Amino acid sequence: MLPQSKTVPVMLGLGALVLAALPLFVPGYYVELGSYAFIAAMLALSLQLLVGCTGLVSLGHAAFYGLAAYTVYLVTGNGAGRSIFVTLPAAVAVAALAALLVGSLSLRTRGFFFLMVTLAFGQMVFFLFHDTKLGGGTDGAFLARPVLSIFDWQLPLTRRQRPIAVYYVALALLVAMYLGLVVLMRSMFGRVLEGIRVNEHRMSALGFNTYRYKLAAFVIAGALAGVAGHMWAMHRGFVNPELIGWHRSAEALLMILLGGLTTLHGPIIGALAYTGLGEVAQLITERKLLVEGLVILFVVLVLPKGLSGISLPRRSRKPAPKTPPVGAAEARPHG
Amino acid sequence: MTRLAGNSVSRRSLIKGSAALAAATAVPTGWAIAQARPVKVGLMLPYSGTFAQLGENITHAIELFIAEKGGKLGGRELQIIKLDDESKPENAPQNADRLVKRDQVDVLIGTVHSGVQMGIHKVVAESGTLTIVPNAGNVAVTRDLCAKNVFRSSFSNWQPAYGMGAAAAKKGYKKAVWVTWDYAAGAESGAGFKEAFEKGGGQVLPNLTLPFPQTNFQPLLAQIPGLGVDVVGSFFAGGGAVQFVKEYASAGLKAPLCGSGFLTEGTLGAQGAAAVGIETALHYGDGLDNPKNAAFRKAFKDKAGREADVYAVQGYDAAQLLGIGLEAVKGKIEDEANLYKAMRAAKIDSPRGPISISPAQNVTQNIYLRKVEGGLNKVIGVAVENLADPGTGCKLA
Amino acid sequence: MALSGFLAQLLNGVQYGLLLFLIASGLTLIFGVMGIINLAHGSMFMIGAYVAFLVARHWGSMWLALPAALAGGIVLGLLLERFLFRYFYKREHLDQVLLTFALILLFEETRALIVGNDFHSVAVPALFDFSVPITAGFSYSAYRFAVIGICLALAALLFFWIERTKMGAIIRAAAEKPEMVDVLGIDARRVHMTVFAIGTALALIAGVLAAPLYSVYPNMGDGFLIICFVVVVIGGQGSVSGAFWSALIIGLVDTLGKAYAPKVAGLAVYVLMAAVLLWRPSGLFGQQRT
Repeated sequence: MLPQSKTVPVMLGLGALVLAALPLFVPGYYVELGSYAFIAAMLALSLQLLVGCTGLVSLGHAAFYGLAAYTVYLVTGNGAGRSIFVTLPAAVAVAALAALLVGSLSLRTRGFFFLMVTLAFGQMVFFLFHDTKLGGGTDGAFLARPVLSIFDWQLPLTRRQRPIAVYYVALALLVAMYLGLVVLMRSMFGRVLEGIRVNEHRMSALGFNTYRYKLAAFVIAGALAGVAGHMWAMHRGFVNPELIGWHRSAEALLMILLGGLTTLHGPIIGALAYTGLGEVAQLITERKLLVEGLVILFVVLVLPKGLSGISLPRRSRKPAPKTPPVGAAEARPHG
Repeated sequence: MTRLAGNSVSRRSLIKGSAALAAATAVPTGWAIAQARPVKVGLMLPYSGTFAQLGENITHAIELFIAEKGGKLGGRELQIIKLDDESKPENAPQNADRLVKRDQVDVLIGTVHSGVQMGIHKVVAESGTLTIVPNAGNVAVTRDLCAKNVFRSSFSNWQPAYGMGAAAAKKGYKKAVWVTWDYAAGAESGAGFKEAFEKGGGQVLPNLTLPFPQTNFQPLLAQIPGLGVDVVGSFFAGGGAVQFVKEYASAGLKAPLCGSGFLTEGTLGAQGAAAVGIETALHYGDGLDNPKNAAFRKAFKDKAGREADVYAVQGYDAAQLLGIGLEAVKGKIEDEANLYKAMRAAKIDSPRGPISISPAQNVTQNIYLRKVEGGLNKVIGVAVENLADPGTGCKLA
Repeated sequence: MALSGFLAQLLNGVQYGLLLFLIASGLTLIFGVMGIINLAHGSMFMIGAYVAFLVARHWGSMWLALPAALAGGIVLGLLLERFLFRYFYKREHLDQVLLTFALILLFEETRALIVGNDFHSVAVPALFDFSVPITAGFSYSAYRFAVIGICLALAALLFFWIERTKMGAIIRAAAEKPEMVDVLGIDARRVHMTVFAIGTALALIAGVLAAPLYSVYPNMGDGFLIICFVVVVIGGQGSVSGAFWSALIIGLVDTLGKAYAPKVAGLAVYVLMAAVLLWRPSGLFGQQRT
């Protein structure tokens, strides 16, 4: 799960620098696309804590992402924007609380039952916003984007600079989330999670309350998905029920698979690659779902197991047979 | 930060800047250059998914109008850029960005799905791109969320249902219920029906709803006999409408069924005998006898190879509205003030009859009462003449 | 609303529940015996519904769709097992999930290419195209009675097969304790292919029966799939009788909820699932494991 050599951190650092410099050189549209890719990366990264780190495959993760975005709407409405220092904690708290509830129930089951239960709860949240007036109903709602302000002082931004500011906030949060998870996985807590992934019975036998560890991981993952959802609201100023739908959860899983199940930087690369692929697919075909389906089949069937099998020996070191659009240099599965 | 801002100056404002410069220095070549560039028209419509045919009919009609005008509006060439919105609301902001920010269109025409419309609306309300809505009827777009650069050539969900409510009250019905999907269009149409029906002296019970797009109507139908209503109004569309009309007929209920026109629009073939005699209200119908309609239907059939429908009319009028604006400013689409002024004042000779633009920039139009006869929605009268959406909450005036 | 209305709702609930059972039984058997989750099981239902639509369009009546769905379902199930799923039993859960998710996308795209994306309604077969009067003001569709009858007959056949035949006993054993099959030295491949074929065929048949009731439309399998997950979770792993009772419970809760408490009905089944998870995490009818 953690980088073993020095090259990975160096490459990741360089990649982050390249991304940080990008808005200087590309048109506005690509800055916004970049923000979106970072948000997708945060969602996939938060899910990785469950899937890759703990061995829990959840299909309801987008619920926490969407809930956080809706929290921003419920906190601010479409009036004056509130400070990010109000909206972000609120969104994360709601996502974490929901994750605590869903996790405490769904972790009573195992394996595919866990997956089915998370999916069902995810759909429950979807219907909550889809079928009631709580968040604008089926059509969704506009919201006032969170603003970068502390107390009464607000960062002076023109309308044109705003997307660039959002880009940097999203990038900074993504980097912080990655570093935070690296630290977390190095801690005792992280080692226990890894132990659970490899063999939960053994960890139980060793006296660890695995349910509590899994629940803690579930809540942290939900909270981090909340960070991503909050950024979606800040990026788009618009929420709709489809943010919560299970197709989005599946998309996040796909990003993880695409980037690599065995590393923390895998989901980031997967998300960037997936966003880039979507952009290319939009230009060349109207059958996007067909492309997506075939890409998944290709990844699942053809790509070396090193990218996808969590139970594989840590020595596997095959180069990734794909070229993500940006930060391609890091595309080396490690672990 | 200044450097960044400088970099992301849109082409739109560059052009505006050059136009102003040209005017100030009175250099005629400035105009020649600006005129040479075609107006970019982005069509963000469903070309795949459930609403693909609607998107195609709207596109055919827009292309038809442009072709009738010799490929130019206001003396300026048009370049059409199509983008499939797949009717997916979650991708709507990004898709709108592709047209507005990547392709930098001058006009965006879209879309069909009201959830997608919200995503488009967010983007264009901020970018200021001229937008014409050729179908989606969510009232918010021309009410509390209205924007000076957003026009609608189709209808608001409130309008046809209001017409139906008025017609039902006029028939002497006293007690009614509205059956619909539990989503924005359902609630908005229900509100229109209720407003008109109660204005006519009737009473409307709380809506009977089921989640969109479910078609398990039995639980709803089973409740109707107990309500003691004289008439049942409804809003459904597509396959849901087919199913509902058939099940309603087979449930043997006493109260007649009526509805917003979409209940029997494009679905009569599948509804068959179950639909015969149902009265609905809409801004278009079969047998509308005016020369414009006859000419349009013929031209559309020649181009698209199928009969025109209400969606084609809406697309055609979107193009007509754009044409009026561009004629008024002689193709100078950058002249926003005069462009919008002309569009707001537009009196359009539509295949559906004369239409105009309301202060909130929705279309003001006749709502026709139609009756299903011989596989057609025969127009049997005008339910409400020149009906404007109230535009509640819109501050444009 | 009178008693007759309530009776109609009860019948609707039973009919919906029985349809859910046809889908969920295949899901739970495939899951129980092979330990694989098939997200594309909802697509099988969708395919069945479109088969009904196509058959009805060409021949005027959808009856032929039933044998077609049975035969087609068996063949499709065998092919999927033999050429795809077999290689995934030992793979990571994530791989299985995404493989079957990809199948959903591919089945939907194929459907879009062949029939397009429109909603279509399917005519109720002429034989049952009448209403049975329940009271003076309300009558109940004969076709729904027919669906209830067919589902009950299929359920009876399924139970007979599982309870009374040798193959059934093996499957039952395998579903409850997957390691049993290997221990007994039974040809696991044959068991797997049989289960896959039966499960897939049941989902297709459910789709055929559902077509006149729910229309056919893109992604129609998704909603049913997720509700069937709830059925399986409440019913318990690999338990066909558990799936039967829990499908009936879900069908009734959902239908009566929609009729009498429409505001909260959408959430009712999930609240029920949460309650069951609190009380008996292995499902109401499954073996309780620790």
